[in-house]
Amino acid sequence: MMALLLPALVGGVLTGGVYALVALGLTLIYGVLHIVNFAHGSLLMVAMFGAWLLATRLGLDPLAAVPLMAGAMFAIGWGLYRFVIGPVGRGDDRGVLLATLGVAVVLDNAALIAFTGDSRSIETPYALQMVQAGPLLIPLAKLVAFAGAMLIALLLWAFMALTDTGRAIRAVAREPEGAALVGIRPARIFALAYGIGIACLGAAGCLLLPSFYVSPQVGGMFVLVAFTVVVLGGMGSFPGAVVGALLVGITENLGNLYLGESLGPICVPLLFIAVLLVRPTGLFGAVR
Amino acid sequence: MTGAAARTRALALALAVLTLLPFASHSQFFVNLAMLTAISAALGQAWNIAGGFGGLTSFGHAAFFGLGAYADAILQTRYGLNPWLGLPAAAAFGGGAGWLIGTATFRAGLRGSYFALVTLAFAQAFGVLANSLDITGGGSGILVALHPGAGRFQFTDRRAGYALAVALLALATLAAWRLSVGRFGAHLLAVRENEDAARALGVPAVRVKSAALALSGALTALGGVLYVQSYLYIDPGIAFSAERSVEMLLVAMIGGAGTVLGPLLGALVVHAIADTTRSLITTPGVAPMLYGVVLLLIIGLLPGGVVRIAAVRGDG
Repeated sequence: MMALLLPALVGGVLTGGVYALVALGLTLIYGVLHIVNFAHGSLLMVAMFGAWLLATRLGLDPLAAVPLMAGAMFAIGWGLYRFVIGPVGRGDDRGVLLATLGVAVVLDNAALIAFTGDSRSIETPYALQMVQAGPLLIPLAKLVAFAGAMLIALLLWAFMALTDTGRAIRAVAREPEGAALVGIRPARIFALAYGIGIACLGAAGCLLLPSFYVSPQVGGMFVLVAFTVVVLGGMGSFPGAVVGALLVGITENLGNLYLGESLGPICVPLLFIAVLLVRPTGLFGAVR
Repeated sequence: MTGAAARTRALALALAVLTLLPFASHSQFFVNLAMLTAISAALGQAWNIAGGFGGLTSFGHAAFFGLGAYADAILQTRYGLNPWLGLPAAAAFGGGAGWLIGTATFRAGLRGSYFALVTLAFAQAFGVLANSLDITGGGSGILVALHPGAGRFQFTDRRAGYALAVALLALATLAAWRLSVGRFGAHLLAVRENEDAARALGVPAVRVKSAALALSGALTALGGVLYVQSYLYIDPGIAFSAERSVEMLLVAMIGGAGTVLGPLLGALVVHAIADTTRSLITTPGVAPMLYGVVLLLIIGLLPGGVVRIAAVRGDG
């Protein structure tokens, strides 16, 4: 049994690394704007198609495209919040939720028009390379994605903790009125934080592409996973998002191992429901 | 009578006349369109009972639709029950699921966006179950054998299917109208507007919200039965897809959530968009993308929905 269990655990941790990157953006947006960004999965899909286009049209390796896609997704996220989600949602919980749903519907179907419903993947020279670690064979692409995700998570943490902009974002998250009194403009910070959250997706999309496929429906697959990670770790908590992501990655792999490929996917929605019903504050119980 | 009330009454009358129109038509194509629109309106109205009047924004109403559809399909194909019995069975399953999901989530204090996400998770979990269990036929779904005849709840004339869809729409609209005038509806609205204040006045908030979700779930499940009896087929994708949940929400939100006539107008708008685009452009995705755009425009510019246009003009 160990022969099957260990690879499933390691695989779960590796997948969880990329989930962490997806979830960090989501938890940042929740922590600062106090909104549930239902468009998160669809924006990840946009980032994956972006990386796919760069790889197939310009021959740019997805790993080299990380800074470019992070920047592009930052601009898309900033603009989306500034011109669509902010004005449409008007700060009302239901309005914002439905605005992000509307954005998700538009993006998913725009991708369907542009790329058809087919699944696409890319071929990289390292796609089939394996790394030997004791008794384990680990796909190189997943290992690189994990390392990249952890590195970006660290950079994000450093940015939030050490720079003035990071401090301003945290100030607005805690106390928007107080922040406004000391000269920070919350409206600007909101768009900025949303942009940074979406920039994480730009990086995540590039890191996922070599070991995953992309289709217009892929966002719908990731959206509940990302929310499960975030509620498990505690909405708004950075360390929570990383730990939650690893746990969700492991749960998913163990579910597929013990329940089979067709029943296994039930683990993520069940975990999500269980966390919300039993411990809605999550593991790192910040106030909801 | 105020201008707005007169406008609403005229609108209701116009919609009633419009509903009767397809019965005079001999075009199966046109009647089929009318039937699909009526089913959309009925499902939107069912969503509206929880999502509009109760403010319970559900992203997973397909859970109830699929439950009803599978209850009907399984009872007749596996247990040989008369498909008409699928109606009460589906209502019981949909209503029971609504009650259970409501009680569990509202007791845990879930509101707003959290409730939306948890309903989505339930629909997804049901979809996985339908896809992997033997009794649901797994991914290949369930095919209902063709036995035309009123006794077997199968009709070759689409007008009969349309009549059933209109009957469900009428039932759902009657329920919505009762909410807008009755005591239970007043409790529900009080909880929607200010839950803490309603509790303080002695309204049992968890029970009221769960009952609204149960009623909404039961009506949605009946829509699932009509689907199975019209198309004689169901699979996990048709039953539990996120698109179906979103369409119910769209119909209610675009028309006007929390109003009696909103979902009827919403279904007309959504199907007008769908059928016009499909006749002009065949690329898949164009019509649903437009729904998304319309949803954003409505929430941003006309949060009360299309029905507000009639009411606002009436004030002047």
